[in-house]
Amino acid sequence: MTGTDALLLALGALAVGSGALAVTTRHLVRAGLYLVLCLAAVAGMYLVLTAELVAWVQVLIYVGAVVVLLLFAVMLTRAPIGASTDLDRPGWPAALIGGGTGLGLAALLVDAYRWSSVPLPTAGSAERIGEQIFGSWVLPFEVLSVLLLAALVGAIILSRPDIGRSPVDQAGVSGADEASAEGRRSR
Amino acid sequence: MRPVIPYVTAALLFGLGTYGVLRRRNAVLVLIAVELMLNAVNLILVTADTTVRSQLPHGGQVFALFVIVLAAAEVGVGLAIVLQLYRLRASVAVDEVPLAEPPPATAATPGEADR
Repeated sequence: MTGTDALLLALGALAVGSGALAVTTRHLVRAGLYLVLCLAAVAGMYLVLTAELVAWVQVLIYVGAVVVLLLFAVMLTRAPIGASTDLDRPGWPAALIGGGTGLGLAALLVDAYRWSSVPLPTAGSAERIGEQIFGSWVLPFEVLSVLLLAALVGAIILSRPDIGRSPVDQAGVSGADEASAEGRRSR
Repeated sequence: MRPVIPYVTAALLFGLGTYGVLRRRNAVLVLIAVELMLNAVNLILVTADTTVRSQLPHGGQVFALFVIVLAAAEVGVGLAIVLQLYRLRASVAVDEVPLAEPPPATAATPGEADR
């Protein structure tokens, strides 16, 4: 057990613990803050695993942007400040399936790797990852940019109820009596 | 470095995410649980990148970056859907959403117009 293992173990325990709190807490805002703790612990594990660029991108995008978006959603849906009692369904099937999935995958991976040891590669730099992205993976990278654009446009259309509505609905909003008058006229 | 430690952490995080998705009623909390599952997958990818020697170096880290971008897009669209749901029903409980919407009353009007 070296220092690296101890660090990974501590960060892993922190991630699992705060993740468990995030899915079980009764406070909506606290769930978001426990998620921040969990994501930060996972970013620390990336740092130990010599993936610096992924760690900082995780901090920037997840802890920065995604969690802020989630907290905005919590506020915009008028979540109560204190504990709420109606957040959960009865939990036995969820505990069974979730526990089965987690422990099953863990048993599979423990069986595959046992207590084997692997030397860590030398600490990576952003330059090597950049060479890979813009060399071998440039086509998926460009497709991903198109997907981001599509998601952006989709989010705008979804959040504006006045565009993208079918003509039937528009007739229903602008005046159902007008449409039925038209129907009567054609009859 | 013992690869089993991050692998088991990722498996447990994925299990917690599955539990959260199935357990929670609030749509925002379901999204938080989905983020946990995506993080578990990222951790698996990065750990595999450091433990498995592959033909293309650092494929796992590149995939992890791609998954992070996908998660950002997913959470943007997901929150737009949640806010629209809240606007329509003044509630974000996912088990109160009817799977089959009853047809709106005005939909019958064009059919009458055809006759």
